[in-house]
Amino acid sequence: MSGQETSTGEGGPRILVFSTQNISDPGIDLAGSRHLHYPATVSTITLPCSSAIKPDWIVHAFDRGFDGVFIAADGDECAYLPDCSARTARIAAEAQERMKAAGYQPERVKMAALCSVCAEPFVAHMREFAELLARLNAAGAEAA
Amino acid sequence: MSERRIGVYICHCGGNISDYVDVAEVRDAVADEPGVVHAETTMFACSDGAQHDMIQKIQDEHLDGLVVASCSPKLHLFTFRGVSKRAGLNPYQYTQVNIREQDSWAHGGDPVGATRKAIGLVRAGIAKTGASVPLDPIGVDTTARALVVGGGIAGLRAAIGLADLGLGVALVEREAQLGGWVARFGPMFPHERSGHDLIEDLVAEVRKRSSITVFTRAELVGKSGSFGNYSAELRVTSPDGGEPETVRTEVGAIVIATGFDTYQPEAGEYGYGIEGVLTLAEFKALVDTTPGPLHYKDRPVRTIAYIYCVGNRQEGGNAYCSKYCCSAAVHESIQVSDHDVSARQYHLYRDIRTYGRYELMYEESRKRGSVYMKFPDDTPPSVERGKDGKLLVTTVDALTGGERVSLEADLVVLVTGMVPRQNSSLTDLLKLPLGSDGFYNEIHPKLRPVETVVDGVMIAGACQGPKTSSESVASGLAAVTQCGGMLMRGTAELDPLVATVNAEACTACGECEEACPYGAIHRVTNGEGEVMTIDATACKGCGGCAPYCPEDAIDLLGNTDEQIRGMIDNLLEAGVA
Repeated sequence: MSGQETSTGEGGPRILVFSTQNISDPGIDLAGSRHLHYPATVSTITLPCSSAIKPDWIVHAFDRGFDGVFIAADGDECAYLPDCSARTARIAAEAQERMKAAGYQPERVKMAALCSVCAEPFVAHMREFAELLARLNAAGAEAA
Repeated sequence: MSERRIGVYICHCGGNISDYVDVAEVRDAVADEPGVVHAETTMFACSDGAQHDMIQKIQDEHLDGLVVASCSPKLHLFTFRGVSKRAGLNPYQYTQVNIREQDSWAHGGDPVGATRKAIGLVRAGIAKTGASVPLDPIGVDTTARALVVGGGIAGLRAAIGLADLGLGVALVEREAQLGGWVARFGPMFPHERSGHDLIEDLVAEVRKRSSITVFTRAELVGKSGSFGNYSAELRVTSPDGGEPETVRTEVGAIVIATGFDTYQPEAGEYGYGIEGVLTLAEFKALVDTTPGPLHYKDRPVRTIAYIYCVGNRQEGGNAYCSKYCCSAAVHESIQVSDHDVSARQYHLYRDIRTYGRYELMYEESRKRGSVYMKFPDDTPPSVERGKDGKLLVTTVDALTGGERVSLEADLVVLVTGMVPRQNSSLTDLLKLPLGSDGFYNEIHPKLRPVETVVDGVMIAGACQGPKTSSESVASGLAAVTQCGGMLMRGTAELDPLVATVNAEACTACGECEEACPYGAIHRVTNGEGEVMTIDATACKGCGGCAPYCPEDAIDLLGNTDEQIRGMIDNLLEAGVA
């Protein structure tokens, strides 16, 4: 079991996760079932398949105040589309282009394949991504 | 102001949620959200009493939307859709919010953060339900007949089960004989009946049932129609080598039970190619066909070395465990000792996985003198031909501190696992998804273990991953149950959460048609010109077409643009800053 979070809910980068019903969401559920802790500033929206994410939703999330978007993609396990990874990567790349145009740093979008038992990898991704976003936020604050 | 009438329930789940999330605070925070007319906490939302109260409230308050914040939708989505339906509320206007697995359990050390997150998640759920529209399941009439592809043990048992439910069955086998791998097997654990006899019994049962039509030397080569009403085209080869016959048969569902292949080692892999180095399948055939003490090429076999995990659990391919091979090898060793109690048998293994009651077999083999030696993952044994004609096996014994041990053996058995059968034409025809291991992929190994994303197409047996024969039979019967649920009523309902095209925005560019591998999207002409349209019964609801539309004219029902944006807007309004 990972260490307990000691935050009082005050902060940490706000991360939106797009997960998938049959593959990555069960993995994220499993992290909770095993009481593996990650920041409470991570929230998830679940779709049938990561190939359904519209790039504009990602930009919209930044417009609304999220610091990062993590795409928990189906990868090779996708039950719908054999080229799911390539499609999702294309969506992420397109979102990054639109983010650049809107003034957001493209590295604030991260994509990784997550399987239905990927509890520990999910928690590790969230911790690492939160650290990266915290650094980007701090650098942004200094520059301002 | 919203004109919706939404009811919101926040579940304590005993204390699973409320020990970490202040559920009263969540209720108070969302009670005045647009469209919410009722919000309450409940100790166990899924209890009969709570469900009854919800139904009453939905009816009394004329609710047109329901949000339950509780556990994962994997557990209770259908429970609360059922509550909605019984109360007269459209079940697709229900949203389940996961504040247990994805909140209270994941943020136990941060109750303030967990509560804030819960408020955001519930608000997002309210936004989703607030933007929902009533949807009706897609109703289809179904044909009371199923096609079973593969006449091995899983397919045979499935065919019998389907017939016993009163469904017609077309059983298709590529080979001239039914039975698959098991028909070639000798005694099997735990009953010690031969696989050959088992299959004979099953084939006799098949023959007794007039509702089963058997096609041998036959393959599925074409499929049209959609769930409930497939038209299957079979190519049946004549035994005398004449022109193949084409047979068309109408079925409501398809069960794929095409089995597996065994791993074939490369020449030189663990000495394969040297006389006396056999695969598990070759060794099993030798044991099954040798009466009395084991002989190989007319020489008595007194010492056998088994090397486990050959072709499985290895880098660069076949990373999975075939899980049946340990038990199969141990069982063979017991059969060898049945005829020759003094035979020396050495099992060189990485891990022994004789799970469940196969453990009894493992114990029995040890009692009979089999010696088990564990080798390190990075130091596999080597096999070479010794000077005296015997095989020389060298291994490192991990349990004695890495001591090198050399064994002389008459036979070396490479305990080889299962590999996916190459069936690319069938895979392409049915659009069946393959997992990273190359086996067919079910929707979910535990929750929907024989269903695929192709409605009405089930997978069973070792075509979906390594299985023992009894596990194959179990999955064949699971497919029977699933088919029965789909076909026995004569009508079936499909989830209406499919993609739709906004005809006004569509320019008929055709990008979406290209993006859909299921052929669900077509160009049609209406009064205004050409537009794209989506066949709801062929659409799988993945939404993969939507991002391809340059006009943003495609929405996925249940996850529309308005719903997702509404969720994003509300997730952060709980003051997480």
